[in-house]
Amino acid sequence: MLQIDYEACTGCKICERVCPFGAIIVEPETKKARVLDNCTLCGACVNACNFNALSIERKAVSEEELALYKDVFVWSEWEKKGDTLQIKNVALELIAKGRELADKLGETIAVILLGKNVDHLVDELFHHGADKVFLCQHDLLENYSTDGYTTVISSIIAVEKPSIVLYGATPNGRDLAPRIAARLALGLTADCTGLDINSVNQLVQTRPAFGGNIMASIISPYTRPQMSTVRPNVFAKLQPDTTRTGIVEEVEVTLKPISIRTKIVEEIVSQDESTNIEDAEILVSAGRGIGSKESLSLISDMAEELDATVSGSRALVDLGWIPHPQQVGQSGKTVAPTLYFALGISGAIQHLVGMSSSDTIVSINNDPDAPIFKVTDFGIVGDIFEIIPEFIKLLKARENK
Amino acid sequence: MKIVVLVKQVPEADKVAVDPETGTLIREGVASILNPYCEYALDQAAKLKQTYLEEDIEIIAISMGPPQAKIALMRCLELGADSAYLLSDRKFAGSDVWATSSALKEGIVNLVPDFDLILTGKQAIDGDTAQVPAETAEQLGIPQITYGVDVKLDRRRIEVKREVETGYQILSTRLPALVTMSKGSNIRRIPSMRQVLDARKKLLETASADDLNIDDSKIGLKASPTQVDKIFAPPIKTGGDIIDGSDPVLAAKKLLDYLVENNFLKR
Repeated sequence: MLQIDYEACTGCKICERVCPFGAIIVEPETKKARVLDNCTLCGACVNACNFNALSIERKAVSEEELALYKDVFVWSEWEKKGDTLQIKNVALELIAKGRELADKLGETIAVILLGKNVDHLVDELFHHGADKVFLCQHDLLENYSTDGYTTVISSIIAVEKPSIVLYGATPNGRDLAPRIAARLALGLTADCTGLDINSVNQLVQTRPAFGGNIMASIISPYTRPQMSTVRPNVFAKLQPDTTRTGIVEEVEVTLKPISIRTKIVEEIVSQDESTNIEDAEILVSAGRGIGSKESLSLISDMAEELDATVSGSRALVDLGWIPHPQQVGQSGKTVAPTLYFALGISGAIQHLVGMSSSDTIVSINNDPDAPIFKVTDFGIVGDIFEIIPEFIKLLKARENK
Repeated sequence: MKIVVLVKQVPEADKVAVDPETGTLIREGVASILNPYCEYALDQAAKLKQTYLEEDIEIIAISMGPPQAKIALMRCLELGADSAYLLSDRKFAGSDVWATSSALKEGIVNLVPDFDLILTGKQAIDGDTAQVPAETAEQLGIPQITYGVDVKLDRRRIEVKREVETGYQILSTRLPALVTMSKGSNIRRIPSMRQVLDARKKLLETASADDLNIDDSKIGLKASPTQVDKIFAPPIKTGGDIIDGSDPVLAAKKLLDYLVENNFLKR
């Protein structure tokens, strides 16, 4: 319920201007705000009010009300690849996991898709398992913004009442999800590595804490929807079924420029990044053990021979030897390539949580006690500067045969 | 201009473990430190203070935590904060992200109502959720920019360089706003003797929930939508084949054989 503090309200009309639904007006006679029936409780006006005159009271839901919340929702993020838009893998992974949860609950799975001219992405969402797509298109949704995306998704959640909402734990997903959680007074569990339904139909969210040294399972018993973020490459996506289709529900979006408070001044695409390390099949990853920036050429030579992508540990990013987008680990990216080389990486827990779900891990390190060997499939205790040049020679010789 | 820096005291994360017998956290002998990302936020505040002298910047560090979190705030005072407040009360115990950001919001509104900018670390290294800053910004109704690496002031606006997956973007917004910092100088600064002595003369106060007039329904375990169901030790992985690499030629050959056998080489 949207509440108005009439003493604080000055009749400045900023709420009227930011409301995406025309659901709040300032009465000309009283010069005070009045809420109309079509208010979705999206919270845009509460944020905009400079006089703290507006508030939304959100109560914990009773047992009977809990049962009214149904269906699993996934926010589908996309990225620009050149001139085309592409659904991010993590969204497809979440649709697969959401599909599984919805099946256990006997509910359906819907995807929330925001953007400008994104309707061509809808079929792919159905092919990967979605039953329904909420399609929200608007000029002001062309680029991600905290304010615009929070407002649109919050109002969909408030109206549709899903039981579960999942977000990819990408930079934007981690920016967006807590904003929505705070607006709707909901629980949110970050970076889940496991999601399941328990005997009383609650979402059990498992996540690592303390740098991966402990695991915790989290539930949100009294609030709905239950919300989680999940890192990329944690769950597997489904094989696309091109015959699958579903329901498209176009959501009318009436955002105003004034309600988006951050502006993009410039986008700087990292020069050194040829491909996204999250999508690479083979990663050759270097750590502090390579000793100097010059030795990186050895790593990139090896990567080139294997058609692999170069990545690295946080130490190398902090030293400025490789750019941030190529960092693997807790404060970088989570990767799960088919083959991961850890070269001169000791394997701090923060690194391990970012790569330990790789299919096969090959490590070379001169310390036999390095923790990296605990997750290694094939390891060599030795000097990378001696072994890698020999290995490159063998690869070249093999190619020339 | 007033900059609030929100900080957290954390255990050195990689030293915490779960007792496999009892399933409880073993924290004994684990040192508490100022969360490194919070230190970056404080560094950024200090840098702004030095760069924009005309703004006459005042830096206020605020933390929520047990009484011993004063030690982390003392470090903030040594590193450049002008004053510090600890929100400490048994009533805050068991707060999850939502309840923590409620308490921080009330703390900020009561202690520094005329703040211009809030700086925080992007995440704390114990919980790693990265959620408290954004939830605090929402509760305060101010814009946020996450994953910042640099902040510039331009009168009532800020420009922030933000890390994204493909590189960086430059975002601008109006003050008041909240910015989370992902990086800073990676050298751990050691405060001078002068700074250590000066810090002891600065204001370091503790405020309880009652001091801040916070409604009990907004804080602590009862106000937390999420609950920990259980904690457990992560499954232990067993290692694979580890060979001796003292003969590099032989080791390289074995590596090649392994990759060929497992069909990794496409060329």
